[in-house]
Amino acid sequence: MPRPDTFSRLLRQFAQALLFAFMLAGLPAHAGEAAPAADDPVLEKRVTELSELLRCLVCQNQTIADSHADLAIDLKKQIREKLEAGESDKQIVDYMVARYGDFVLYKPPVKATTMILWIGPFVLLAGGLSLLFFKLRKRMRQAQAGETLTDDEQRQAAALLQDGPGGKGAAR
Amino acid sequence: MGRYLIPLGLFVVLVGFLAVGLNLNPRELPSPLIDKPAPAFKVPQLHALDKTIARDDLKGKVWLLNVWASWCVSCRQEHPVLVELAKSNAVPIYGLNYKDQREAGLAWLNQHGNPYVISAFDQDGRVGIDFGVYGVPETFLIDKNGIIRYKHTGPVTPDAVQNLILPKVKELNAAS
Repeated sequence: MPRPDTFSRLLRQFAQALLFAFMLAGLPAHAGEAAPAADDPVLEKRVTELSELLRCLVCQNQTIADSHADLAIDLKKQIREKLEAGESDKQIVDYMVARYGDFVLYKPPVKATTMILWIGPFVLLAGGLSLLFFKLRKRMRQAQAGETLTDDEQRQAAALLQDGPGGKGAAR
Repeated sequence: MGRYLIPLGLFVVLVGFLAVGLNLNPRELPSPLIDKPAPAFKVPQLHALDKTIARDDLKGKVWLLNVWASWCVSCRQEHPVLVELAKSNAVPIYGLNYKDQREAGLAWLNQHGNPYVISAFDQDGRVGIDFGVYGVPETFLIDKNGIIRYKHTGPVTPDAVQNLILPKVKELNAAS
């Protein structure tokens, strides 16, 4: 029975191929990627955290952490250098805002000019809900008030029900 | 009748908002540097690396700083406008060659003409970051005291030169 033998050989070959593939994949990653990323994982984590707060102005709906634009890469480099120099997160964010304006912040700051942005949706929601509330209340009142008809209206309704719009005979 | 006017009105308002939104240029962001001192810089000159150019060398005159690069496609579009403006001698134009290869930059100026009194060579883009550059070309108008008075993002058009830049230059030159 050659079967188990062939199987184990195949398995070994497969494992070797896999190992080889990993080695190949590993090589360029070490050769081509930026070196500083591996140096200090704690620093790198802070760089990433800060980059996630900042908008890439080239591709405006991405943070500079997500973006591969040249400017984003330069700014990440700048952040890394400033962190290495011991600057605080706030100092770095202020540095970016001084150059690129509030728009660079992915989360806009709460201040007079951005108030409409922050409370606008809630104002609209409150407006919509109160409109709905008053409409519904009005409709309920109308429904309650309309429960009883005056004698005149009763007669009118009876006449309409008897005759129908198509005249005599049409009701059948 | 009235019940149809309300949705129609809302629709018109919505169309109005959308029309304005479509016509806004999302790349044109207000620079926080307007009316603030231009960031200090001191970098080599593109044509003579052994010489430098600094912000404070230019104190006392009204000048334009144009950020350009040989790899920048829209720079080619605005370039004839700058060459024309330089010929008129209305305002000195200084270039900031942003993240470029020196040879490529020099060749580009040879080919398309050089409107710049001096081009500063900002190879690593540091000066660009200090000026809040996010899309080349960008043009800054700086007054005699080194204060940034106007910023134009994107290619400078003849219209912008006539109606925005030149009137401001005149105004700033008149001021002490």
